[in-house]
Amino acid sequence: MAELIASWPAPLLYGLGAVWAVLVIATGVVTVLAHRGAANGAELVARTKTWWWIVAPISAALLLGATVTAVLFALVSFLALREYLSIIPVRQLDRTAILLAYLAIPLQYWFVYDDWYGMFSIFIPVYATAAIAFRLVLAGEARGFIRSAGTLQWGLFLTLYNLSHVAFLMQLDMAVPLPAGGAGLLLFILVIVSLNDVAQYFWGKLFGRRAIVPKVSPKKTVEGFVGGVATSMVVAALLAPWLTPFGLIEAAAVGGVLAFLGFVGDVTVSAVKRDLGIKDSGSILPGHGGILDRLDSLVFAAPIFLHYVRYFYGA
Amino acid sequence: MRRFAAMLFFAIVARPVLALATGLRVLGREHLPTAGPAVIAANHNSHLDVIALLSLFPLRQLHRVRPVAAADHFQKPGFVGWMARTLLNIIPIDRSGQGAEAAIAPVCDALDRGEIVVIFPEGTRGAPEVMVRFRRGSSVLAERYPEVPFVPVYLHGLGKSLPRGEWRFVPFASEAHFGKPLRVADGDTMPMAERLQADVEAMAAGTTLARWAED
Repeated sequence: MAELIASWPAPLLYGLGAVWAVLVIATGVVTVLAHRGAANGAELVARTKTWWWIVAPISAALLLGATVTAVLFALVSFLALREYLSIIPVRQLDRTAILLAYLAIPLQYWFVYDDWYGMFSIFIPVYATAAIAFRLVLAGEARGFIRSAGTLQWGLFLTLYNLSHVAFLMQLDMAVPLPAGGAGLLLFILVIVSLNDVAQYFWGKLFGRRAIVPKVSPKKTVEGFVGGVATSMVVAALLAPWLTPFGLIEAAAVGGVLAFLGFVGDVTVSAVKRDLGIKDSGSILPGHGGILDRLDSLVFAAPIFLHYVRYFYGA
Repeated sequence: MRRFAAMLFFAIVARPVLALATGLRVLGREHLPTAGPAVIAANHNSHLDVIALLSLFPLRQLHRVRPVAAADHFQKPGFVGWMARTLLNIIPIDRSGQGAEAAIAPVCDALDRGEIVVIFPEGTRGAPEVMVRFRRGSSVLAERYPEVPFVPVYLHGLGKSLPRGEWRFVPFASEAHFGKPLRVADGDTMPMAERLQADVEAMAAGTTLARWAED
């Protein structure tokens, strides 16, 4: 235990401390607002309360290391995949293939835990895809095959493959020292992407006029998007020296790209929900909706961030 | 001893497994009866339906909640029968066709004792996630107990996780929607079976979860 505590890099503790401080302040502000009877005050309180449920386990995982992080994200992937499979139409004869899809979760995170990068990066695209396709063929019904194979595989990428890249940030072998270890990278991307969501929401509320994709996500505006990207660039530059190997300009650029990718993930999940005619992907996170509603902005940002770091700074 | 086994089963097996594997979400929990006599009438798609419903009651109340089940199916030896009798505390009824009056006699006894009775008016789990007409047994029962509340419940998702004829559990999200209690004494002249079915179907329209796609 003492060894573990001694291993925590100071910047990681500062970073987590800052996140908790922001959340304490947000909780205070929101509580006062709701108390004064602000419009949608109850929703803001629920939203903030849920943030505690998100931040607490992630903080614990970052402090406890790669194994606990892999286990936590395996659970998150399971909840996300279950949510996805519960809102899309699947056939009863797809049940075994779906069981195989669930089985891919412990395997994929085993490769994360095992720091087996090669298998981690090809297991879902190659092996899981083949196994699920073959099982669907054995089910013996060609009608609906493309839809089943397509939706299942897409769900695995969304909820498992892409998301597992967040956990693998803890395992990267680096050529340069990281100021706060792999946990610092994880904290960096989680903070930037979440903050971008919140910033886009507020800038959009304040100045939003022109919708970007009105048919998919009418509340996403050009003004909100630009505000979100700018905010993310500034915050990324501020955080980078503590958590990442990036220089200032580079950090701002990475922050901007993460904000853009977060937006892409967000509207992608919006399109899924619109297609299904539902507002939220689930109800597990009060004030946010489902787990996919919260994770959406990570799904494309995480793998691209990992590959950027690995390409330029990996061993 | 049996009561203790049932409490233990629900505390350390049924509740955690249902929560993790299906994330059972309850809507209208305020309509869950806290005392008997009362009847809970739900649509039926899975063996898990009754376990999910019982898991919503406080452990110390569990022995007062009695699912009605077919004697021919659950009185047999074997694991399912043992589980139904020991852990689920079923009221076995004879559905061999002696008429509704004879069949519901043990259910009446339970209501007279002030117990909460769980019924599945479709009479069978049937095809997964497909609802069939509610049978008239519930109407006969309601006529005899005009003051007893009948709570309509719509269950979704458990029939996808463990449908009839399948032994492999596959995780899907599940929901239990509780509707407003209905009584014959309310003055509605429609038979109770039809009132229950109408309310359950209305609740079914309110879920955002998917049904099976057409094969």
